[in-house]
Amino acid sequence: MTDVTAFEAGVKPRSHIVYILTENPVSIVAIAGFAVIVFAAIFGPLVAPYDPLATNASVSLQPPSWAHWFGTDQLGRDVFSRVLAAARLDLMISVAAVGLSFVIGAAIGSAAGYFGGWTDRITGRVVDTIMAFPLFVLAMGIVAALGNTVENIIYATAIINVPFYARVARAEAAIRRNAGFVQAAKLSGNSDIRILATQIFPNALPPMAVQASLNMGWAILNAAGLSFIGLGVRPPTPEWGIMVAEGANFIISGEWWLAIFPGMALMLTVFTFNLLGDALRDIVDPRQRT
Amino acid sequence: MSEQQPPLISIDDLTVEFTTRDGTVTAVRNVSFKLAKGETLGIVGESGSGKSVTSYALMRILDGNGEVAGGELQYSGIDLKRATDRQMRDIRGREISMIFQNPRTALNPIRKVGQQIEDVMREHAIAAGGLAKKRAIELLETVRIRDPEKRYHAYPHELSGGMCQRVVIALALACRPRVLIADEPTTGLDVTTQKAIMDMVQELAAEQGLSTILITHDLGLAATYCQRIVVMKAGEVIEAADVRDLFARPQADYTKALIEATPRRDATIRGLLPPDDPRRGQPDLSRQPASAGTEPLLSVRNLTKVFPAASGGSWLPWRKTDPTEGFTAVDGISFDIAAGESVGLVGESGCGKSTTSMMIMRLLDVTDGSITLAGEDLSAIPAARFARHPARARLQFVFQDATDSLNPRFTAARCIADPVLRLSDVKGRARVRRRVEDLADMVGLPRTLLDRFPHQLSGGQKARVGIARAIALNPKLLILDEPTAALDVSVQAVVLNLLADLRTELGMSYLFVSHDLNVVNLLCERVLVMQAGQIIEEGPASQVMAAPNTEYARALLESAPEPPPSLLNRKAAA
Amino acid sequence: MKPFARLRMVLGRIGQALPALFGVIVVTFILTRALPGDPAVYFAGPAADEASIQQIREALGLDRPLYEQFVYYLGDLASGDLGVSISTGQPVLEELARRLPASLELTLGALLLSLAVAIPMGVLAATNPGRPIDHICRVIATAGVSLPTFFTGIALVFVFYYLLGWSPAPIGRLDFAYLSPPPITGFYTVDALLDGDPETAVAAAGQLLLPMITLALFTLAPIARMTRGAMLQALGSDFIRTAKAAGLSQRVILIRYAFRNAMLPVITTLGMVFSFTLGANVLVEKVFAWPGIGSFAVDALVVSDYAAVQGFVLTMAMLFVLLNLLIDITYTLIDPRIEAND
Repeated sequence: MTDVTAFEAGVKPRSHIVYILTENPVSIVAIAGFAVIVFAAIFGPLVAPYDPLATNASVSLQPPSWAHWFGTDQLGRDVFSRVLAAARLDLMISVAAVGLSFVIGAAIGSAAGYFGGWTDRITGRVVDTIMAFPLFVLAMGIVAALGNTVENIIYATAIINVPFYARVARAEAAIRRNAGFVQAAKLSGNSDIRILATQIFPNALPPMAVQASLNMGWAILNAAGLSFIGLGVRPPTPEWGIMVAEGANFIISGEWWLAIFPGMALMLTVFTFNLLGDALRDIVDPRQRT
Repeated sequence: MSEQQPPLISIDDLTVEFTTRDGTVTAVRNVSFKLAKGETLGIVGESGSGKSVTSYALMRILDGNGEVAGGELQYSGIDLKRATDRQMRDIRGREISMIFQNPRTALNPIRKVGQQIEDVMREHAIAAGGLAKKRAIELLETVRIRDPEKRYHAYPHELSGGMCQRVVIALALACRPRVLIADEPTTGLDVTTQKAIMDMVQELAAEQGLSTILITHDLGLAATYCQRIVVMKAGEVIEAADVRDLFARPQADYTKALIEATPRRDATIRGLLPPDDPRRGQPDLSRQPASAGTEPLLSVRNLTKVFPAASGGSWLPWRKTDPTEGFTAVDGISFDIAAGESVGLVGESGCGKSTTSMMIMRLLDVTDGSITLAGEDLSAIPAARFARHPARARLQFVFQDATDSLNPRFTAARCIADPVLRLSDVKGRARVRRRVEDLADMVGLPRTLLDRFPHQLSGGQKARVGIARAIALNPKLLILDEPTAALDVSVQAVVLNLLADLRTELGMSYLFVSHDLNVVNLLCERVLVMQAGQIIEEGPASQVMAAPNTEYARALLESAPEPPPSLLNRKAAA
Repeated sequence: MKPFARLRMVLGRIGQALPALFGVIVVTFILTRALPGDPAVYFAGPAADEASIQQIREALGLDRPLYEQFVYYLGDLASGDLGVSISTGQPVLEELARRLPASLELTLGALLLSLAVAIPMGVLAATNPGRPIDHICRVIATAGVSLPTFFTGIALVFVFYYLLGWSPAPIGRLDFAYLSPPPITGFYTVDALLDGDPETAVAAAGQLLLPMITLALFTLAPIARMTRGAMLQALGSDFIRTAKAAGLSQRVILIRYAFRNAMLPVITTLGMVFSFTLGANVLVEKVFAWPGIGSFAVDALVVSDYAAVQGFVLTMAMLFVLLNLLIDITYTLIDPRIEAND
């Protein structure tokens, strides 16, 4: 029914972005939150009031106070400093994992979508096989096999995420494979590879970027979740998942600050990324609003 | 039509506004017209004229951000503007029905068509239970669908476009309404199907005493089926009159221009332009006979394309597909195109004309046969490798959908420059830019538009960009696949003139693929008529138009909605 | 349609799932056998000495060439031999079978709960676009997707057990005061009811409630989002315009026309959601000490019970493939647009 609305003028990209962001005030909150998180990730350990690893048995299990904003844990470490320091690690893991899966997924997905045929069939089977493993299950399998290190966690998360990017890339390439401008490019003397690189991929990039930003939140959740069950990051390294795991033991006895603060930090971070992803999706393709 | 009887529908001073992010847009402004009982009224306009919005406002099915800002809407004494939702729902389908274009998507894809008709009848308490089913089957028969009992159980994707539209009409007439509004009901359908559907609607309207509003961009169609015509432009009524009066004595300039621009049998290409356009006076050099005796530029012999059938066990890699099972899209056709000649390829959807043009363009591999261009057999080179072949530059293409053929991330200049960068020896930014500007001048695209993106250009401008790109390498043969089908009639007139002039200027040959015989007649010397993968008739355009040999070509000609002046002559003579 | 066309389609779908199944088996084989280092050490466990490692090596055929091992592996799988768990000494398959009902009870309960909430929420949001209820639903959905399940579980325990005392202690499926009901389905709640013991059923349900809610919160979001998106798309389709112009009531349009069309993509989402849930299961089971296969695997991981972990990986992956197959077949059967030659 949208063809009934009156004539559309050419919309400038910048005003479109501004419109989307201001139309939904939540997006502004998300951007502010994102800025805070990035700041914490980059400067966290520098601005933290205490050393995240410094133990001090005499002040253990103190509730939040002016001295320790988030209280102290069972070894007397300042929870606030640890939460701040953990931002960097969690973000780093997810950025690495998302980045890796983005590149791999984009490559195999667009090739599958563009060339079709056997390329498509084989990559489809591979992707199906990957998707058959629930993340935690696969991560546990990989860790059990290859060892409990942060690198392996990154690989596991990256592998699990590949299908999402591959699927988006494949869909975008397949849609455009028969588009007029691709045929016109062939008529103009462009080879298939050149078309993939210069014409199809730049057009597929925005939806994939949206996917990446939505994925970031999930990747952070996964990293934290895996550390929660003891995979990947190990104590005493500050990481939100571990901190919640350790704090869980104390919640039943009422010392809630050990688990709640890192959990809230985790939740708010993921929430921010998801809101950003939504805003990005609205900018790129308003029809897909969820 | 008695003057005493009050009009069935009365629209007075209607204004409809839409709230968009850039402010309020007035889509319809002070529009007034009436529909008498038993009358067929045509609302004709190009894109943006507001012709559809008016009807949507009448039926109160405007989009969420649209609203009636002023005016009165009356149906049989009922104030439609102030009626309650309940009243409107009773009116829709039972008193006033509306059908739209794209019949395939207009039906619920996961519900049987018969059941969808029943839903409407049940809603308006016309029939229920077993009686409803019986009546639904009767309705399917009324709209001339064969095997109505079987078709009752069909899903929309199992029916052709024409059959789907018949079902939609059956749905609309299920409750015997008094008014039928048809919004571009035959756009996208074949010409013969279009005639069949419109004839049927006309008959049903007469049988059931229906009053009809036909909304269309096709002046010829309106002239054939309507008694009165309202011409709209940019949200306003330009002129309204009886059909005869409108064509005999058009008052407004816009109406005159619209009449001139509609392709018709006895038109010339210059004649399509508006009456006050200076280019009308320029001679049309395009219709020169081809130089006799020389080697044909393009020689197609026994061209065949068979698409393999989809096999059920495709997941078993060692199972070969059966070559005898398959769909023969093009069945061994042969023809020549001389240097500088313009040949038209005409046929309805599914006849194989697009497949033929794809093969000649070497975007698709041939199953059998040869394509010889200036002595070189191009069919031997696989399509996947043709992009870098030296012959690529000699064969170019103008697409039907200009919007789809332009990369949305490239500026117009970059789109036009693509073939120059890839296949010509023009190097260096400045020289490429100059070439692009020359091409823009040639196609009448203002240089200031070169740095715009496709979504910032109008339909006509995008078409020009596509043409500029196609001629960038000075091709010998240009294949044009319905290049003006998506354009407004007035823009089409200008673009067709441009194409004719370019041909003489650059000495190209054309293969003009179209379903519209009138348009082909304007631009081509010879015509090939295709049906079911074969060429069933060929000859000089004027001859095929005047006296076709085959039944099919005759049907094609007769189905084309009669352009107004010829109609006038016929009606006067009758 | 041609006779047996539907049957052929179903068989076709099953055929398409076979490569994935095979791929799963191959991957787990590689993870178990074809690793850097000596697999026998892994299987023998951290407490093994040289002699027992050698014993394991021969028993599992790890000194044979790789392809021979693969054949034995397939044979083992076919006979249901997934190895023996070091920590419990029982065959892995038995352990998994014993604990599967607990996980299933939790997962199914959570899925049903979230479906009951998410679908109406999605429909509500789609039918009131731009209004406050739409924004609220979107925020809830985004928040749900952002919640770490382990954290939600802990927070819920803190609030409802520690602070409010409304829910029982998170120590598993049933408090010590109660005896587990005779196993028929393996679901304590159902079995207790079947046994005519409402008290135990209530107690079991009470234990089930918090972990179920935790899991449901997680699965709520993608289902709600998908429902909203699919409904919006359906409502914006041409055939809805036809229905409106024909005067069909809002109720009929919404339910019979829009909703049924929207449910198709939602069904395909369910497969994905189930995969997430199988993963999130692990976390929730740990937090609530739920004796399902997830916590079994985590415990096994901690003590390096290699065979158990690999058995778990294989089982879950195969379960997932089969489940998706089921959903795929269901979809194929109910969508009339899918032709036999697809």
